[in-house]
Amino acid sequence: MAKRDRLSGNEAVAYAMRQIDPDVMGAFPITPSTEIPQYFAQYVADGLVHTEYVTVESEHSSMSTCIGAEAAGARAVTATSSCGLALMWELLYVAASYRLPVTLACVNRALTGPININNDHSDSMGARDTGWIQIYAENNQEAYDNYLQAMPIGENPAVRLPVMVCQDGFITSHAVENIELCEDAEVKAFVGEYHPEHYLLKHENPLAVGPYGISPYYMEAKVGQAEAMKAAKQAILDVGRRFGEMTGRSYGFFEAYRLEDAELAVVLIGSSAGTARACVDALREQGRKAGMLKLRVFRPFPFEEIAAALSHCKAIAILDKCESFSAAGGPLGAEVRAALYGCKERPIAVNYVYGLGGRDFRVEDCETIFHALEECAATGETGAPYRHIGQRG
Amino acid sequence: MKKAENIHETSVWQELTPGCEIYEPGTAYQFSTGEWRTVTPAWNPDKCKQCLLCTPYCPDSAIPVRDGRRDDFDFDHCKGCGVCVKVCPFKAIRLGKEGA
Repeated sequence: MAKRDRLSGNEAVAYAMRQIDPDVMGAFPITPSTEIPQYFAQYVADGLVHTEYVTVESEHSSMSTCIGAEAAGARAVTATSSCGLALMWELLYVAASYRLPVTLACVNRALTGPININNDHSDSMGARDTGWIQIYAENNQEAYDNYLQAMPIGENPAVRLPVMVCQDGFITSHAVENIELCEDAEVKAFVGEYHPEHYLLKHENPLAVGPYGISPYYMEAKVGQAEAMKAAKQAILDVGRRFGEMTGRSYGFFEAYRLEDAELAVVLIGSSAGTARACVDALREQGRKAGMLKLRVFRPFPFEEIAAALSHCKAIAILDKCESFSAAGGPLGAEVRAALYGCKERPIAVNYVYGLGGRDFRVEDCETIFHALEECAATGETGAPYRHIGQRG
Repeated sequence: MKKAENIHETSVWQELTPGCEIYEPGTAYQFSTGEWRTVTPAWNPDKCKQCLLCTPYCPDSAIPVRDGRRDDFDFDHCKGCGVCVKVCPFKAIRLGKEGA
């Protein structure tokens, strides 16, 4: 029987970790993810888990710990934010290319500078090409639910990729919500035990991990990795469906909110979806055909599915909570536009960068965007394709 | 389980193992890894006393020992690091250009 409890997003992730009881945790604090290893340390001290809790000296080391542990055959987890993720950079590629399904709870925070501890998606978006699966949560419930799905996805033998479970720093990580939790036994059955076929501690099977890949092999290795990311799509759908059978909460690549007959739509990631949903509802009451696509899975990128969901719209705004300094927009904007390029009929698309470093995204901001989209749809003109919203001046 | 000898420079990507894992030990024997050597040790059997100090120091196991005696270098695997030259008490190994 599921039970309800009031938990912050960080508590919810730590709670999920306790239920999973991973073999190893690489633990290092950084705001706003610090509470995850902190809460988990209490579970370790109370004897509620059997996890080897490794207190390391940096995030470079926490990811290295996870890589070593996974190569040895263990299930390894860590949590980080912002510059902590940046310090892991080199190792993120190592975990993914060695095909080690590490689970990382990323509590999204801006990158310096100016130094800032609040939310945007600069950290994980910067890591978008490292080969990690990336799943984003809107609220605490999704942070918990996504975490429980990470290992069945990443450890699938057809996938074998590390998974980054992302949530918005402070907005969900520290805000307390009443959420539904699974029973420990349900989680154990759902996530299962980790039994990789090959691992370093399997004495009857000597194994070399991470060999040098000269030019005649490197490209083939990378194609294998790319194919694993394609295979992850089916695994994500299967696990999301199975999770729904257990909890009543099914998950796919994205949530299409009032999108089916929408003429105008916003596309975004994370906690801002609640704001956009309120705005869409208000506009619908006025008889305006507004909708939203909330992306849950950014890696693998659901290219065809996004195109199919948006192609009927007249105008869309893609909202990036991240600057890429391309002088042409953010990463989500670029990829959603690319997905639509193959459609015979496609909407006008504009890209907004918003919410950087914890800047509020209000219902009025979302209304401003929908007004701009109405203008695009009425005139047939895109106008400036790359815009910022929420800044002064 | 995929054997390393069945993975080679004409293998298609599907034939590689995930993460390029190798499921057996000692596979370096199958590959020439000494080609990036820029200097080469030369062994002088007349000066060599067969103390065998060089063999455990060689990081690439490139000094073959048979019946308790070392033989000439395995140049498919020697990287020319020169550690053997440093440890030889009898100056029986010198470092120079290949074939010089």
